[in-house]
Amino acid sequence: MTAATSASFQRAPRDVAIVSVAQSRHERAIVDRNEVELIQPVIQQALEQVGVQKGEIDFTCSGSSDYLAGQAFSFVMTLDAVGAWPPIAESHVEMDGAWALYEAWVKIQSGHADTALIYSYGKSSPGDLPHVLSRQLDPYYYQPLWPDAVALAGIQARQMLDAGKITPERMAEIAFVSREAARTNPNAQLQGSAPVAELLAADYLSDPLRRHDCAPISDGGVAVVLAAGDRAKRWADRPAWIRGIDHRIDSHNFGARDLTVAPSAALAAANAGVAFDKVDVAELHAPFTPQHQLLVDALGLGDDVSVNPSGGALAANPMMAAGLIRLGEVANRIMSGEVDRGVAHATSGHLLQQNLVAVLEGA
Amino acid sequence: MTDTDIYGVLPEALWSQPEIDLSGIAEFDGVEAIQRVRLPASITYDYIPGLAQTRFLRGLAQKKILGERSAQSGDVYVPPRGMSPAEGLPTSEQVELPHKGSVASFCVVHIGFGTNAPPTPFCSALVLLDGASVSVYGPIQEIPYDQVRIGMRVEPVWVDDDQLAPSFESIKWWRPIDEPDVPAESLKGHM
Repeated sequence: MTAATSASFQRAPRDVAIVSVAQSRHERAIVDRNEVELIQPVIQQALEQVGVQKGEIDFTCSGSSDYLAGQAFSFVMTLDAVGAWPPIAESHVEMDGAWALYEAWVKIQSGHADTALIYSYGKSSPGDLPHVLSRQLDPYYYQPLWPDAVALAGIQARQMLDAGKITPERMAEIAFVSREAARTNPNAQLQGSAPVAELLAADYLSDPLRRHDCAPISDGGVAVVLAAGDRAKRWADRPAWIRGIDHRIDSHNFGARDLTVAPSAALAAANAGVAFDKVDVAELHAPFTPQHQLLVDALGLGDDVSVNPSGGALAANPMMAAGLIRLGEVANRIMSGEVDRGVAHATSGHLLQQNLVAVLEGA
Repeated sequence: MTDTDIYGVLPEALWSQPEIDLSGIAEFDGVEAIQRVRLPASITYDYIPGLAQTRFLRGLAQKKILGERSAQSGDVYVPPRGMSPAEGLPTSEQVELPHKGSVASFCVVHIGFGTNAPPTPFCSALVLLDGASVSVYGPIQEIPYDQVRIGMRVEPVWVDDDQLAPSFESIKWWRPIDEPDVPAESLKGHM
């Protein structure tokens, strides 16, 4: 089920690829290191994997939110991790790092850069995440009510159950399959799952959501290196070429939305050219099990697609990083030669409000 | 009101709220306009100082000032954040700094903000500790404010031993010591 039309897809003028990916080990609470100490080794690893020296990166872009750790201008402090002297061209988005990657991709397409470092991180443990996330809502009507993120996702889940688009059994199966897949992901926070029957016997967290339906609260970060054309070929044996990328947004007023669909995700998928060829693998940024099903439908992914072999956000969900990690997980599988074509999805805001879709290919 | 009128009543008008004109909306006729809503919100966080700042803060509780040195440039950062920002690499060596430094810059505060501000006027200053590459911030006391100068030698005045804590407040203020001023040129790059 997809509203995808391919009329708007245009191949970008420059070939740009992900050539390196590094992640932290995601944990519930990293209490020894601060944010810059968390992300610096990840950035260093991403650069060292392609043998890049300081000064060879034309553009640096990061994604983070001061609200998570309650540290004002934390992104300025984490610039200590990139060696910003002499001064560098640098930018930041108060969004998931996938949008930082998009900004860097646009910068490279515009001809103002050939290479880019993108990193993002989130330390959710210092605060009360479900309530912190309420601060991104409408400040007049929603914020004063402090709706927590799990309760909002429960409202969406209820609509999907009522519409017959998901069942509690399917939700539990998504949780089970995701966390079992994460057994092979060394960075995952949750590896392995209780059997579906046991999951369904558990208490509700926010009815109809049980604990297994929700992504864990995670601390972690990710770094990615982008390069254009010949540089990408020099830096990686098999670059993960970004053949399409687009991001779209639905209304911030979820009272005005049909929460059982994500038109912005479907449109981004169409504009990224998802349906142009066979999809081997897809990494979806779905912090709640019903959203996983919703995205599979919105992106029109068939049964033959391997979805979230990393375990997805249900296995590790560092805020501001989990979307960029999806791009990294697909890129790694292309760079290793495991697959030829993959789709990565990232979301931002509540209830799949904003969606980014990228198509990565090995050739 | 024209721009000229607004400029004519500076500075009071600079931050004032313009009158809201609702005359074009019939339904609002006679209705008092809401110009302000109060929606208080607060969130409580744990503070995670990190490895380097934890070492620094614990040092203060023992009357030690601990910086960290970059292996690449040799620069010593205090307070440390665990990184050498010029290289983007972790600082590799802890350095205990002497309790002596030079005023790298200062200003005379005539309106004190915050509950811990000394009586005004007072001097707040950047102090470059001997052996450090960056300055630390603190008030200067025990000297008339108009005698503070760049290059003046100072030392920290600590709280009583039983008040020492993992906090920069363990240093109450800085005061002059009986040493000749250093030339301002020697502070170049650190000012």
